[in-house]
Amino acid sequence: MPHPVISARQLTKTYGDFTAVAGIDFDVAPGESFGLLGPNGAGKSTTMRMVGAVSTRTAGELSILGLDPNQHGPDIRSQLGVVPQQDNLDQELRVRDNLLVYGRYFGLPRRVIAERADALLEFAQLTDRAKAKVDDLSGGMKRRLTIARALINEPRILLLDEPTTGLDPQARHILWDRLFRLKERGTTLVLTTHYMDEAEQLCDRLVVVDKGQIMAEGSPAALIRAYSSKEVLEVRFGSDKNAEAAERMAAVGDRLEVLPDRILVYSENGEASLEAITRLGLEPITSLVRRSSLEDVFLRLTGRSLIE
Amino acid sequence: MTAADLTPTAPATTDAQRALAAGIAPRRWGSWYIAEHRLRGMRGYLPDAIFQSFGNPLIYLFALGVGLASLVPQGVGGVTYLQFVAPALMATAAMTIAANETSYPIMAGFKWNPIFFAMNAAPISPAQIVNGTMIQLAIRIVVTVAIYFGIIILFGAVPSPAGWLAILAATLTGMAIGAAQASYTSTITEDKGQMAMLQRFAITPLFLFSGTFFPLEQLPLWLQPLGWASPLWHGTELGRVFSYGLEEPLWLTVTHVGYLVTLFAVGLWATHRHFARRLNK
Repeated sequence: MPHPVISARQLTKTYGDFTAVAGIDFDVAPGESFGLLGPNGAGKSTTMRMVGAVSTRTAGELSILGLDPNQHGPDIRSQLGVVPQQDNLDQELRVRDNLLVYGRYFGLPRRVIAERADALLEFAQLTDRAKAKVDDLSGGMKRRLTIARALINEPRILLLDEPTTGLDPQARHILWDRLFRLKERGTTLVLTTHYMDEAEQLCDRLVVVDKGQIMAEGSPAALIRAYSSKEVLEVRFGSDKNAEAAERMAAVGDRLEVLPDRILVYSENGEASLEAITRLGLEPITSLVRRSSLEDVFLRLTGRSLIE
Repeated sequence: MTAADLTPTAPATTDAQRALAAGIAPRRWGSWYIAEHRLRGMRGYLPDAIFQSFGNPLIYLFALGVGLASLVPQGVGGVTYLQFVAPALMATAAMTIAANETSYPIMAGFKWNPIFFAMNAAPISPAQIVNGTMIQLAIRIVVTVAIYFGIIILFGAVPSPAGWLAILAATLTGMAIGAAQASYTSTITEDKGQMAMLQRFAITPLFLFSGTFFPLEQLPLWLQPLGWASPLWHGTELGRVFSYGLEEPLWLTVTHVGYLVTLFAVGLWATHRHFARRLNK
C-alpha cells in the first residue's frame, strides 16, 4: 500500500466499563474508498469520530495525514470533510448560506467560498434551492447539502457516517452516483454503513466490524470468496417445518444457515442444490437462487444478521 | 506493523505540512468565524432585536421617568428618579439579552439545531465555539446598550461627562450573567423546563432585588445580601458611579468590577469545559 492517509493500531475507545472500540488496526490508502460494515452499536461511529479528530482515543495509535489527532486536531480537520450520521445543517440559515458560513471555518477567503458554493450546489443538484430554508428540503436534499458542505474545503478525506440511512431508494441512488463521482476524482472516502449493497457499490475495501472488533478485512468480492460460496439458495418450508427440513437436507451444498423464516443453502451452484433438495422429496413453498452478498459474510462471521 | 511504521514518510509529510498550514488561520481566528456565523443567524430575528433595542428603552423610560418619577419628586440620593433608574435599566437590558442568548440558543446548538457538532468537525475547537458565541453576545449587548444610552441622553438623564462608561458597565454585567448562565445551560441535555425556572427563580428576582428601582438599603438588612450577591446590583451601582457620580468608597467600585470580571471568567472557564466534554466525548 502507498503511504496511508489514515493508520490505526490497537485503536481503543472506552466509556467507563463499556468498550466501544476494542483495539482495531487498519490503514487507508490515498484515493481509496474504505468502508466499515457492521450492525448498529458495532463501534463504527465512534471510530469515525476518532478519525474525524473530535473524539479522543483511550489507547492505541492513530495517525491521520501523518499527524496525531491528540496534538493536531484542528490541522487534521482542516483537511477532512465530515458527513455525520445525523444532519447538522444550520436550520436558521438558508441553503447557500450554510455553505458560505461553513467555508469561513476553514479560513477561506469569501470570494473562493462563493465560487465553490455555487459549484457545489450544482454538484449536489440544489442550485434552484439555493435560497430555500433548510427545513423545506427533503431528506435526500439535506443529505446532499451536508455532503456539499463537507466538500467546501476540498478535503483530502471525506468521512461519511451512514450516508444513506433513512433515505428512499431513489434518493440513495442519486447519492451513490454523487459519491461515485468523488471517488473517480480521487477523493479518499471512508464510510460506515450497515447496508451491504452500499458497501458493495462504493467500497474498494472494507472491514467487517462487530462489538468494537474487526472480524474480517478485504474487498467485497474477496470477502465473499473467503467467507461465502458463489451462490445462495433460499428455501422456505413454512416456519414450523424449516428445522425438520434442514435436518434432512444437511448434506446439500457446502453449508446451511437456518434462519427463523428460511433456510440458506451455500453452494457453488444453487440450481443444482435445489434439484438435490427436490430429489430428497422435500417441496419448498418458495425458492430463490441469488449471488452471495456481504450480508452472508456477516452472517457467517457473527452468526447474526446485519439489520435486526 | 509496529508503531514505528506510523512515522510519516515523504508524501505523508506533504499532507501533514499542508494540514499544518491550513490549520493556522482557524486556530487564530476561529472564534471570530463563529461570531460571524451567529451574527448572520440573527437575521431571522432581527426585527425583534431592533424593537428590543429601541422599543424597550422608550417604554421603560416613559413609564418610569414620566409616570413613576412623578411620585418621587424629591428624587433619590440627590438625583432625579429618572437619572437614578437609567443606568439600572441599561444593565437590566444587557442582562435580558444575555439571559435570552445563553438559554435556548446554547441548548439548541447541541440538540435541536446541532451546529456545535458541525463547527467542531471543522477546525474549530470547543473553546472557540464558546468564545465566538460570547463575542456575538458582546456585540449585541454593546449595540443595544449604546442605543439605550443615546435615548437616555435625549431624556436628559445622564449628568456626568463620564456617563458613556455606563455602556461598558452594562456590557460587563451582561457578559458576566451570560457566561454564568451558559455554564449551566451547556450542561442541559433534556428540556424539563429548566429555562423557565431560570427566568422565574434567577433572572426575575435579580431584576427586582438588585437596587434597580429603589436603593438596596431600602430592603430589610436580612435581604440585602441578596443584592450583594447579585451581578446586576454590582453592574447597576457601577453604572451609577459613571452616569451621575454616585458616591461610594473606591474599594466598593473596585469590588463591583472585580465581582463581575470574576463571574465572567469562572463562567467562561466552566462553559469551555462543558462544551469540550460534550463535543469531544
